[in-house]
Amino acid sequence: MIEMNTIYKSLVEIVDEEYVSNRKEDLYIYSQDPGMMEPHEPEYVVMPRTTEEVEKIAKLANDKKIPIVPVGGSLSLSGLVIPHHGGIVVDLKRMDQVLEVNEKSRYVIIEAGVTTGKLKAYLEKNHPDLRFSIPDAPPSATVVGNIVIHGQGRLTQQYGFNSDMVTGLEVVLPTGEVCKIGSGSVSPYWFSLAPLPDLAGLFLGWFGTTGIITKLGLKLYPKKKIRDIEVFVVEDPNLVPDVINRVTHTEMAEDIFIGAQPYPPVFKDIIMIGMLLTGDSEDEIEFKRKMIWDALRIHIDSKEGGFMMMTPSIKQDLLEMPTSSTTRFADVMKGGGFEYCGPIIPVEKFPEAFQKLLEITTKYGITYGNACRIIGRSHCMMFSFGYPFNRADPENVERTKSALHDTNVASLDIGGVPWKPEVPAQKMIMEKMDKNTLELMNRIKKVLDPNGIMNPGNWEVE
Amino acid sequence: MKRGKLMFELKFDEEKCLACPTFDCLVKCLYMDIDRDIAKTEMKKIISGEDSFVLHQCTTCYSCEEYCERGNHPFYLITDLQEKKGILPMPKPLKTQFINIPVPTRRDIPQFWAAEEPVISLCIFPEYINVINESKLFEELSIIIGRYFFCQLMYLHSGNPSLIRERLPGIIENIAKHNFKEVIFFHDECYSTFTSYTDAYGIKVPFKPIHFFTYLYNKLKERKEEIKPLNKKVAYQRNCSARLTPDREHLIDDIFELIGVERVERKFDRKNALCCGGVIRGQQKYDLFRDVQKKNVEDMVDVGAEYCVFNCPACFDSLSENVSKKDIKPIMMHDLCLLALGEKTARK
Repeated sequence: MIEMNTIYKSLVEIVDEEYVSNRKEDLYIYSQDPGMMEPHEPEYVVMPRTTEEVEKIAKLANDKKIPIVPVGGSLSLSGLVIPHHGGIVVDLKRMDQVLEVNEKSRYVIIEAGVTTGKLKAYLEKNHPDLRFSIPDAPPSATVVGNIVIHGQGRLTQQYGFNSDMVTGLEVVLPTGEVCKIGSGSVSPYWFSLAPLPDLAGLFLGWFGTTGIITKLGLKLYPKKKIRDIEVFVVEDPNLVPDVINRVTHTEMAEDIFIGAQPYPPVFKDIIMIGMLLTGDSEDEIEFKRKMIWDALRIHIDSKEGGFMMMTPSIKQDLLEMPTSSTTRFADVMKGGGFEYCGPIIPVEKFPEAFQKLLEITTKYGITYGNACRIIGRSHCMMFSFGYPFNRADPENVERTKSALHDTNVASLDIGGVPWKPEVPAQKMIMEKMDKNTLELMNRIKKVLDPNGIMNPGNWEVE
Repeated sequence: MKRGKLMFELKFDEEKCLACPTFDCLVKCLYMDIDRDIAKTEMKKIISGEDSFVLHQCTTCYSCEEYCERGNHPFYLITDLQEKKGILPMPKPLKTQFINIPVPTRRDIPQFWAAEEPVISLCIFPEYINVINESKLFEELSIIIGRYFFCQLMYLHSGNPSLIRERLPGIIENIAKHNFKEVIFFHDECYSTFTSYTDAYGIKVPFKPIHFFTYLYNKLKERKEEIKPLNKKVAYQRNCSARLTPDREHLIDDIFELIGVERVERKFDRKNALCCGGVIRGQQKYDLFRDVQKKNVEDMVDVGAEYCVFNCPACFDSLSENVSKKDIKPIMMHDLCLLALGEKTARK
């Protein structure tokens, strides 16, 4: 108790009493996320405002060997910021300043707590010709949180994972030192990670187990004036890879997503391939549309595929950015439970993954929503096995848990890698991983975090 | 065996058709270039159940049903043969969507216990509930709505019209359960189903279908004193199902006269009306779709139309953006009437 009081007081000294809590009601909030992982409470929650404060918190935790869990929007759904071993949750939401926008070199520097909603609004107001790759997460998701999990967004089909758009980082190491990564480490300009050794890889995809990102440099892109959408529908999942191949070959679509769901009836038994078109003029949009229609003519002529007839309301839903239809679907079973496994898979594996989805949902008698996003010019795709469940129905929860387990197994079996995996899925990945790679991960972790305080439980090599 | 296939047979007089002096059904087609001789040859093939290019190129605009003035049903014959031969006007997944759209969900209500005559069927267009409920013009109306009352006629577009005959008796039964003597149908498509289509196949309808425009015209007449003429030039976008019941066409002119708008004389109106483009796009004929919409809108612009008036929500969805871009206001017929009465409109 004395030690705990000492830590509490030390945290108060760092950030002021208002921003530290060990109250039960606060700890409860930070003990869980909307997914299926078991909740676990931290001992403290602290909300720093500056990098210096984060630095001091890290030093304190390292000194006392207390677990430390950096938190953004807590929306991964896979329990990545559940403090499995207790300790201090460092909620970064107060670090919410957009620090710099470089219009000519098209990048932004933000603090770690800036949400996707805030950055979107900020750019719309101050730099209307610029945009970033907005993920289809609630606007309260933080940009850094999305980057750390290798998130994807609306520009992913053109430019890769959102983490591929990083131009620089400021990181507080587990031992308390502050490092800059990328051009920002030698220049006032955070334009690029290259041509330096790529140290960003020490922090991206590690779920906060190697350090706390406090600032981020991110690429911005031209924002076109007009947006429109086409949705190509097929019944046969085997056709999807070819459709994607043909559309990406045109390089005319800004974003490509795939969706399938049994409800409402209008979407039953079909697979939708949505293609977002953007342009600065109607002529540009029309040119792009025509290119895509022509590219898919072979499937149209065979009568196996066609462009969907859309009401304005469906169109509006699909153009919404981020989309709220995912959120509506997430609550379709009521009871506030939604879980999904979104492995990154080769595009040609879509039919196999789709078959697995149908088998698993049939086996466990649960419903599903499938939403995929093409990453790069068809370099890979995120295939989401989305399972809404009723948290108030223990039997439904158990079935969904089993389905999630089977899904992770299936994802690896078909040659994919679960995306933002929860701890059990991380273990599955590591079991399958090349042993030397695993050892390299282990060594890196030990070098950066000698006391094993950073988000323990995650990427833990046993 | 599906009961629709067993029970209902199309009334089509082959002799009358082949003795036709004009073959207007195909000659007047706006989307195929067919002279009288070719038309006769192709109709002969169609009557004898042979393949014809007409079956493949048909845009399913319903017009030939109107062009035939001998009481035959060339369009229904064409669509039946398309199905028999497995000729799909639309891709398979769109056909699947069409099949699934009217499947009732938990939100659909099978019976409206409190509904009293006069009653209107809003088909599957909930966006018009408010205007019916809130405007004085429709204050006496009860509403029935939803997939239990959906007319099913759209399968004429998707190459599976037998589904209409399979499902329609159940739909008629759902409406008949209410014991209404008369039912007003908001959409031409429903009205045409329960008049033209059922008549062509000998399907009994135990209530009297009333066209929405009949009701609208009568109510406007009652409130003639309150109407402030709009003094606008309007183009009317005729929908495909209006082709099945051309005897109701005069009501559009009658209503326009009452509310003081001028239906501008243009190339593509009345029997010469062009499709909104929606179904043509659904058939994946993109160039034709663009061409038809362009011609249609340019025609409205050329004659100085200020409003484009619709009665079909699907036509509205398909064409409204394009007419708006040319500064022509898209508006539903009932909203135009409400404007003339100084009442709040639902959809601008």
